[in-house]
Amino acid sequence: MLKVSHLSKSFGGVHAIEDVSFEIPRGGVYAVIGPNGAGKTTLFNLITGLYVPSAGSISLAGEEISGISSNILASRGLSRTFQNLQVCMNLSAVENVMVGAHLNLNSSLLAGMIRAPGLRQSDRACRMKAAELLTFVGCKKFVAADASAMPYGALKRLEIARALAMEPKLLLLDEPAAGLNHTETHEIEELIVRLAKSGITVVLVEHDMRLVMSISERILVLDHGKRLAEGTPDEIRINRDVIAAYLGSEVGET
Amino acid sequence: MSTSGSLPDVLAPRSRAPGLLAVTVVLMVLPVFLPNAFYLDVAIRIAINAVLAITLNLLIGYTGQISLGHAGFVGLGAYGSAILTSRWDIHPGLALVVSAIAAGVLAWVIAGLILRFKGHYLAMATLGLGIIISIVITNETVWTGGPDGMSVGDFVMFGWQPSGERQWYWIFAALLVVTIVLAQNLVDSPAGRALQALHGSEVAARAMGIDTASFKTRVFVLSASYAAIIGSLSAHYLGFITPGIAAFPHSVELVTMVVVGGMASVWGAVFGAVLLSLLPQVLASFEGWETIAFGVILVVTMIFLPRGIVPSLAGLFRRPEG
Repeated sequence: MLKVSHLSKSFGGVHAIEDVSFEIPRGGVYAVIGPNGAGKTTLFNLITGLYVPSAGSISLAGEEISGISSNILASRGLSRTFQNLQVCMNLSAVENVMVGAHLNLNSSLLAGMIRAPGLRQSDRACRMKAAELLTFVGCKKFVAADASAMPYGALKRLEIARALAMEPKLLLLDEPAAGLNHTETHEIEELIVRLAKSGITVVLVEHDMRLVMSISERILVLDHGKRLAEGTPDEIRINRDVIAAYLGSEVGET
Repeated sequence: MSTSGSLPDVLAPRSRAPGLLAVTVVLMVLPVFLPNAFYLDVAIRIAINAVLAITLNLLIGYTGQISLGHAGFVGLGAYGSAILTSRWDIHPGLALVVSAIAAGVLAWVIAGLILRFKGHYLAMATLGLGIIISIVITNETVWTGGPDGMSVGDFVMFGWQPSGERQWYWIFAALLVVTIVLAQNLVDSPAGRALQALHGSEVAARAMGIDTASFKTRVFVLSASYAAIIGSLSAHYLGFITPGIAAFPHSVELVTMVVVGGMASVWGAVFGAVLLSLLPQVLASFEGWETIAFGVILVVTMIFLPRGIVPSLAGLFRRPEG
């Protein structure tokens, strides 16, 4: 699905990502973990076209995508959520989700002004679908709410609903459980599992180890911008380098 | 999953019919209560300002792109029509279209350069643009008559030559209603949501596939051309224009209407235009103190209704969300 080879990104003298290679298979949940500052979000921003790589290549379904801007990547079926919420507070919850369906709608200004034939129906259908997506992610009671009136946990899910409205093939979730309590984290976990079952390839950056270990098929571990390990949760759990990175280098028998 | 084709109540956007009906009725009966041409003239100026404020609000309130040079495009339309009809003897209708296209092309060329700026920098860039247009109009005396202004011939449309305040009133009243409908349609369309999304979060808008640069350019061109059309028509109505129509104070006046009336609100722009056009007339009896009264009213409004009059009041009356 997504193949990253020898990817590097440096900001001035800081090497945020250094020679990282991995391949994400189609379907399932693929997690990227690592200590703070390991370069996880930078990796996400590279994949989603917010940053241009210094070196290396990224290919989506066999097509080279490095350096392509994020709005074009969206049309190739790549969608994402953000670590620090990027919800449009000037819109309602439903409208936020409808923004996710932008590429499927007639977005001409003139057509919008004169309410061109067909636009009304497609917009209505889009609004219904957005409401269904909000229900799907567990935000049913916020369907009629303004985004600015919603609590943090619901906004996190609103972002997922918006990303789904695009009908993505590859969905990147940047710390979906950050800042959530146990119950909410558990709900997000169930949601991610359902997403993966529906055929979307989910890429996950997350700090919650229990969450990552329980739902991921494969895990990539980054440390200081380099690839430390890659494998199934069981392989990662016993990997000495990973344990060293997380718990300190002088690890004994743990 | 929904079963029928109709939207559940909570989802249906609020009906726009009552507001539109109300404003149409007001505009229809207003002339009956206006005793003479002076009052009609005030009403016409309010309608002109309201239309301009709505187009500016699309840019500032909805898309979040501050423009301090909107009057420049009004001036382009006004002087474009004036020069083309008087110096070249071009049909007023054609002159209006040519001026609007010229303003749109200028906006499109400039957009690539200045719309990459944000916030204060964008405000400065549009301010500069407005001032340049204003200076050109003031200094090109041979074409524009310079600071003394120039007279503008009558408008002709499908063989009809509107004359007198009463006929022009109906033109601008109709234009106002049409503009309200077009703006409301746009706001509640995919394009309108894209504009608001790039205001809310540009990075999220791009991740959702919205070409933000293109949308900024398009809405800038749209509001510039629309302003030019209004400029053309008001020049024909006024019969005589001076560079003041394109000047910075006029731009600030329009921005103030948007901010006081309400950002990202079509009705807010209309209300702001009514208030800011009427206040100076009402306060005229204060003799010398009217500017101070005017300022105090604006400051107090912004302190107590910071989001603008219409959105702040609407927020008070809306039921609390659960």
